[in-house]
Amino acid sequence: MHRRDFLKLTGLGLGAMMLPTVGVVHPASLDAAVMDTADKKKLADIALNAANAKGATYCDVRIGRYLNQYVFARENKVQNVVDTLSMGVGIRVIANGTWGFASTDDLSPDSVAKAAAEAVAIANANAVYQTEPVKLAPQQGVGEQTWKTPIEKNAFNIPIKDKADLLLAANAAAMKNGATYINSVLFFVNEQKYFASSDGSYIDQDIHRIWPTFQATVIDSKSGKFQNRQSLSAPMGMGYEYLDGKASEKMKGETTVYRNSYDMIEDAANAGKEGKRKLTAKSVAAGKYDLVLDPSHLWLTIHESVGHPTELDRVLGYEANYAGTSFATLEKWKSKSFKYGSPIVTLFADKLQPHSLGAVGYDDEGVPTKRWDLIKDGILVNYQAIRDQVQLIDQQESHGCCYAQSWADVQFQRMPNVSLAAGSKPLTPMDMIKDVEKGIYIIGDGSYSIDQQRYNFQFGGQLFYEIKNGKIVGMLKDVAYQSNTQEFWNSCVAICDERDYRLGGSFFDGKGQPGQVSAVSHGSATARFNGVTVINTDRKI
Amino acid sequence: MAILTEAEAKRILEKALSFSKADECEANLSGIKSGNIRYARNTITTSGSQQSVSLVIQSSFGKRVGSATTNELTDAGIERAVRRAEELATLAPENPEFVKNLGKQTYLTSTTYFESTANITAAYRAKVAAAGIEPCKKNGNLTAAGFFQSSERFQAMANTSGAAAYQVSSDIEFNLTVRSNDGTGSGYVYRDVNDAEKFDAVLASQIAIDKALQSREPKAIEPGKYTVILEPSALVSDEGLLNQLIFSMDARQADEGRSFLSKKGGKTKLGEKMFDERVTIYSDPQHPDVPAQTWSSDGRPQEKTMWIENGVVKNLFYSRYWAEKKNVKAVPPPANFIMQGGDASIEDLIKDTKRGVLVSRLWYIREVDPQTLLYTGLTRDGTFFIENGKIKHPVKNLRFNESPVIMLNNIEALGKPQRMLGNLVPPMKVRDFTFTSLSDAV
Repeated sequence: MHRRDFLKLTGLGLGAMMLPTVGVVHPASLDAAVMDTADKKKLADIALNAANAKGATYCDVRIGRYLNQYVFARENKVQNVVDTLSMGVGIRVIANGTWGFASTDDLSPDSVAKAAAEAVAIANANAVYQTEPVKLAPQQGVGEQTWKTPIEKNAFNIPIKDKADLLLAANAAAMKNGATYINSVLFFVNEQKYFASSDGSYIDQDIHRIWPTFQATVIDSKSGKFQNRQSLSAPMGMGYEYLDGKASEKMKGETTVYRNSYDMIEDAANAGKEGKRKLTAKSVAAGKYDLVLDPSHLWLTIHESVGHPTELDRVLGYEANYAGTSFATLEKWKSKSFKYGSPIVTLFADKLQPHSLGAVGYDDEGVPTKRWDLIKDGILVNYQAIRDQVQLIDQQESHGCCYAQSWADVQFQRMPNVSLAAGSKPLTPMDMIKDVEKGIYIIGDGSYSIDQQRYNFQFGGQLFYEIKNGKIVGMLKDVAYQSNTQEFWNSCVAICDERDYRLGGSFFDGKGQPGQVSAVSHGSATARFNGVTVINTDRKI
Repeated sequence: MAILTEAEAKRILEKALSFSKADECEANLSGIKSGNIRYARNTITTSGSQQSVSLVIQSSFGKRVGSATTNELTDAGIERAVRRAEELATLAPENPEFVKNLGKQTYLTSTTYFESTANITAAYRAKVAAAGIEPCKKNGNLTAAGFFQSSERFQAMANTSGAAAYQVSSDIEFNLTVRSNDGTGSGYVYRDVNDAEKFDAVLASQIAIDKALQSREPKAIEPGKYTVILEPSALVSDEGLLNQLIFSMDARQADEGRSFLSKKGGKTKLGEKMFDERVTIYSDPQHPDVPAQTWSSDGRPQEKTMWIENGVVKNLFYSRYWAEKKNVKAVPPPANFIMQGGDASIEDLIKDTKRGVLVSRLWYIREVDPQTLLYTGLTRDGTFFIENGKIKHPVKNLRFNESPVIMLNNIEALGKPQRMLGNLVPPMKVRDFTFTSLSDAV
């Protein structure tokens, strides 16, 4: 994942020159650069025909227009406002049973036909060493289709002044409540993707995402100690309406956490207070604790310990050189009895959930999206797979989770939303805590690290509360927990009900070579894990 | 049009500046033309080519600043980006930290472009893959998964105050993981060069093969503090401990009290001895083994700069705003780094070790505490127990929790530096390296 890099970028407040080149632009200024659907279809047909003429047995074409907008602020200053635009076409072919891919930002018919021919030439060059010819799961052409993220307010149409005012108000709230410094950012994404394939699909999609985030720092200059507190927002598949801060979407407890509407100013004020409290919090005593994990924290543990190991390309060794392989091997799946978690644990994949980052109508190889179980009642039951993989697990239909980060990159299997199903019995986080004798309640995500087969992991967090005999007795610091994936999910003894279910996620799940990022959400309700090893991370240098 | 000559780049940059109606305008233009091949399960998987350009415009009116990026380089597309940057600048509040653009600068030269790399074809790339796949298939018990990419790039910038720069470069990135088919052994190799003449796919692939064979059937050891020999690939990566240390040397973070370099009462450790006296790290864009760009994206010259000398913190990097405020030279973050070492090979370091662990690679390294620069991560792809100067047996992978500051205070010996991701770094023998748990991962 590249989230840390993003936070570092925003934290250091570097300007536009450091930003990724696939970016953002304001629709009003770029109308002239928009191609209409009929022109995209014509261009796609040129590529499909050129590939066919060169001997390709399959071809797909993605014409993309990617817009991003960032607004950066620190304390009482807006540092930069950045729009980025990137347009181009990526063409993928199968020739001689081998994949080939070429992309170009020159959208003239000649250039597109040339790129299609180059993709075929690359496939042919590699076919010499090919020992596993590509087999695609059948996919009926879907004809001409459109899909759009159901947003209420297009973030790109909201005045810059409103965005700047929001960040400055959030920063002021943090400073008023104890923060020494704060870096904040608003990040908006719009992917306009046109997909066409030799199967007879022509799909136009308009996808929107939003991520407001900040990091507040509180410094005690006397001791030279400092503490950070990051926002408790989530990146979402929503428009600007996510920032409405609706009271009905807030959940108040030790702090305030948010469902599908975020109050950035309130969270920043809390960050100031809580950052200050962290400075004088008790340093944790290492040992075994029962952990009560809020969804703002648990999403990242789900991502690393369930999302990644159930990616079929990792299981089969396709990612061995980069992201790694997986402990969730085919024999374990075939046994139909591998106890991934306790019987109350059901983890499902989906590309449909409203407000999630993964929600689209069709994936990047034209497959309609759906929902399916990965872990059912604790047992490993399925993987995440795309058209050229499902035959390897004796299935006939792609799961619809193929994605490329831009027109310039080749699409491949990417993680759909992977979420923990809420508990079936009524249970709130406060009821859950009442039963814990010695525990830690963790809110917000922090440090994260897991091995290349997804056994051993370590996670930090933002806020740690000590639980003694059913009561929260104070704040802790220097907390990280280490566990093994199977042990951890088998120690899950309680999950709160649907009322507590919330999404977390990231824009920056990294995989593949050349590296690509993907946006993914993970939902859960607060869950309890018994007897997890906690270490103390305090050091002297 | 991905790789533009200096004259072509200049024409586009001047065109962009000519559209400007702002008080100041700065344009950065970059492009890449690359080809890659990926392989796994002893066969080629995906491969492709990419060419793209990107133009970044930053416009300012007084202290209001806005930026727009585009890859549409028609006159109309360029003008739209300039207008958009100006529109954003007029809408943005004043930034009191805004600094005016740099004027004309003088830059060093460094040779970063080689025809040998630019001329690489799809057939060459397929042969690189074969250099790993074929011996693994022949062995019968090994599986190769690798990646090779050759790229040409250019970077150019110009602004309305007279600064202008251009640099063209070429590079190769190669990495290969070889795993034993019994699932108990894994080896890895990483190579990067500017000049394809300096790359040998067969030799490099053999390293991963050897490590995979040697690391089979590892035994568990108790987590705890160990003397370790860290190979360069365990020290430098996108997330390596040395990278993390160097790129945390930001002056403002230190001055503000939120860095491992901060001290009580608002002071910093600049000028203090923080590391073993054998630690000397500098940057040099003209170093022949690791040539780098001679200017930063905001037009500042990159010069030879000492960061840590004999254990003493000599320089921190600055934003131009912070340097102006502190009245010091605005040293930019480095484009490469070079850590001095000795002549010893890894074998020599092993020979001098009574009891320790050889670490080929560290992975999934993440910050745990910015105050102490504490990081966690795991060993991967070849971890070995050393006893009485010899490798005794492979060991299971381990999670560490360690700070590079502590690590660079516990140095026992340094070996001969090797290139890693455009930097030069020696293998390092370090005492009391902290492993906190065992992992079953191979």
